Amino acid sequence: MQPVAYASGFPILLFETAAHAATLLFASAGLFFFIAGTVGLLRFPNTLVRLHAITKADNLGLGLIVLALLFQSESLWGGGKLLLIWLVALLVSSNACFLIGRWTLRHRQQEEAPHDR
Amino acid sequence: MTADLVLDLLLVVSLLLLAWLLLRSEDFLRTAVLFIAFGLFMAIAWVRLLAPDIALAEAAIGAGITGVLLMDAIRHMEWERQQRGEDGPEHPPPKRPLAVRGGILAAALAAGGLLVAGVWQLPGQRPGLAGAVSDRTEELEHPVTAVLVVFRSIDTWLELGILMLAVIGLLAARGRQTLEAASLAPPRDPVLEGVVRVLAPLAILVAGYLLWLGTWAPGGAFQSGVILGAVGMLLWLSDHRSIEALPVWGWKLLIVVGFATFTAAAAITLLLSGAMLEYPPDWMLAMIKSIELAAAISIGACFTALFVGQHPAQQRLQTDDGKQERHPRL
Repeated sequence: MQPVAYASGFPILLFETAAHAATLLFASAGLFFFIAGTVGLLRFPNTLVRLHAITKADNLGLGLIVLALLFQSESLWGGGKLLLIWLVALLVSSNACFLIGRWTLRHRQQEEAPHDR
Repeated sequence: MTADLVLDLLLVVSLLLLAWLLLRSEDFLRTAVLFIAFGLFMAIAWVRLLAPDIALAEAAIGAGITGVLLMDAIRHMEWERQQRGEDGPEHPPPKRPLAVRGGILAAALAAGGLLVAGVWQLPGQRPGLAGAVSDRTEELEHPVTAVLVVFRSIDTWLELGILMLAVIGLLAARGRQTLEAASLAPPRDPVLEGVVRVLAPLAILVAGYLLWLGTWAPGGAFQSGVILGAVGMLLWLSDHRSIEALPVWGWKLLIVVGFATFTAAAAITLLLSGAMLEYPPDWMLAMIKSIELAAAISIGACFTALFVGQHPAQQRLQTDDGKQERHPRL
């Protein structure tokens, strides 16, 4: 990690230490969700259950890591961009999840009754 | 320092492992997925080399667009195999004899060893043009961005030409006049339409942002154009009507405009200042920005065309609910 140029004075030092601690805490929590989601993706038996696992990693894991990075962002604009990234990822991943899930569901029905139509 | 070293070593090992796995794999789908993973790791490697521009481009082109094109091609191959009535896996390639494989391995190792030895022998400090280069790029933060912005315009020009040739080649190979292709879209779906309605304008905004950013920070025509291309693919895949808004000549114009603008700029600068792409100081920013804009639009149009043009012109796949066949024309 890069050495941080601490500003002089006790309250600022305390504030920065608290920010670093919050970053560490949230980043660790985010990593936990990513690892859990990945393990689920690799180990769970079928597509729908795997989707269930991976969306947790996408939404919560990324959200927590964005939260951790927010404490390190230099400006309000930088923080806003980080939040925007998370929001877009939420939108895209939940929709992609829905589309994959529906496709799976349809194909499962097709496989069960191939000559239905 | 050691943490950096560990991270770099992990990256190198992962890259080599992924490359090995994807070359060894006999399942096409698996190969494509591994290739996407390889592209993502490659992007991280570029970030580690302080080249965020190339990392962006690698992630977008190497992992994103190429991945989509590969997956699509695999789907077509499988479908065509089914049409021919062939089931089962592809025939495995014949094994080469051990002596040939050993020879190839030895040759590759020798070439790699020569390269490494060559790099090893480079003198660490060379005066060369480093001073002149850093004079011209000092106001730009990232060294790679600076070199790309200041020195690499001819590369971008020729890359645009290559993309255009790829589209023409695709049309020639498919024997087509236009990029007309049957839509494979799923039946109308409110969720998909809703997300496309939000995502497409947002992505176009991001493309514009990257283009504007490219003057001094990571970003630029290629990164922006790839996002535009992705928007085109998204619109076509979801059967959005706006993809048909442009007439065929409009698409042709979009595909050509980047290369044409670059060529015009080269001709104008050649006449004005006697050197190709040596912009007069007063006009420099305006010229570079208009070239970048045209380039980004063309790159987007070319990627969309490459994706759409590879699909069959006739709707031969049966749709789920027997809906009316549509033939969006690009």
